[in-house]
Amino acid sequence: MSNKFEPNSPTAARSNTPTDKSAWIAIKKYCYALSLVVLILPMLSAYYAVNNNNGLWLWLTFAFVYVGITLLDKIFGDDDANPCEAMVEEIKHQAYYKYLLYIAVPMLWLSVFVLAYVVSQYAWSWFNFLGAALSAGVLAASGVNLGHEMGHKVNDQGQQLATKLALALSGYGHFAIEHNKGHHKDVATPEDPASSRMGESIYKFVRREIPGAFCRAKALEAARLKRLAKSEWSLHNEIVQNGLITVTAYSLLLVFFGPLMFPFLAVVVAYGYWALSCANYIEHYGLLRQKATNGRYERCLPQHSWNSNHKVSNLFLLHLQRHSDHHAHPTRPYQVLRDYNNVPKLHAGYPWMYILALFPPIWFSIMDPKVAEWAHGDMHKVNMDPETKDVLFKRYHHSAL
Amino acid sequence: MTKFACPDCAYIYDENKGAAHEGYPAGTLWTQLPEDFPCPDCFVRDKPDFIALTDVN
Repeated sequence: MSNKFEPNSPTAARSNTPTDKSAWIAIKKYCYALSLVVLILPMLSAYYAVNNNNGLWLWLTFAFVYVGITLLDKIFGDDDANPCEAMVEEIKHQAYYKYLLYIAVPMLWLSVFVLAYVVSQYAWSWFNFLGAALSAGVLAASGVNLGHEMGHKVNDQGQQLATKLALALSGYGHFAIEHNKGHHKDVATPEDPASSRMGESIYKFVRREIPGAFCRAKALEAARLKRLAKSEWSLHNEIVQNGLITVTAYSLLLVFFGPLMFPFLAVVVAYGYWALSCANYIEHYGLLRQKATNGRYERCLPQHSWNSNHKVSNLFLLHLQRHSDHHAHPTRPYQVLRDYNNVPKLHAGYPWMYILALFPPIWFSIMDPKVAEWAHGDMHKVNMDPETKDVLFKRYHHSAL
Repeated sequence: MTKFACPDCAYIYDENKGAAHEGYPAGTLWTQLPEDFPCPDCFVRDKPDFIALTDVN
């Protein structure tokens, strides 16, 4: 078996020479605007649904994300370009990249309002209503992705405010705290509710992840406020602040568009949460950081995240899939995230991996051998579901050597 | 006062400034920070990872 992964040795990012690929990286700057397509599509699809009196259009955004992006990934393949150090310095602070995120946030909300208007003012079948609500759910998930990118820029007031507005759509206001201070600290360890374990189905994972993530965020914020001698139950609590934005926005939607917003928003929240759970599920499945003799886990390295370097899905998701670099260096802005050679790799972009995760036998059959290969067959080095440990040890321990 | 640098993201803990948002006010000495104090920018390096920079006093 090929010796592709080195779980415990430092990995260097593949570096391109200054001229190599620089033309593509320069063009890529404008290709990131593709991420706005997913925010515009719901409005376009709503327009066509009304104009053609055909509610199937309301499924367009949802279908595009899963089928369209997956097919485009197949056609365009991997993105082999990494910015050289000189280019990193050049583009790292360029305002353009940030403005793209600033444009996306209001567009997100506008698109949700358009969908809410169309579902409440016209009569649709429940099936097509579901398509519209799931499309709004895709917007909520996009909000989490935007909040994820901007939430790491803790010293940028503008991005911090935009993070709150982006996360409020899904009602996942505790995400920035949970993700930065919780998930990044504990990633790829059994202690992390947002890192999935080998042998754990996504359905089992979400039951651990969603409450675990909330409790961790609540505890982290309570500890911060305690140090500041402020009450946890006050407006100083950033989870409360973000929750109030959600409550205000949802109330406005209810006032404008009536009780149909109850099922509509329920789907939006459920899908937003589900999409984030899918991302967390696939990003660190089975990977484990080793504990040193002093009891501390090794620092997070690129090989502690599953990477997906597919060109099109990475443009739509603002390099979220270059997850190895993101976890190794969480404050790097999206435009300078790099691909690595020697890291565990997903064989498809996120949308397709989300679909595979829905079917645990298929997921396990694809991913479990990859985890075993990553660990060189030493299953002690794997983050494993205790309930499936015996079976997985029997099947994979040393078998990949 | 001493400064300490995060080896990953280049954040610098300055005892004169503290890390106010995280609840460590200006003047909080490095020695007063808990061992699990994480870098308040990247949160993936803790106090033992930080590198002492300069003594300005």
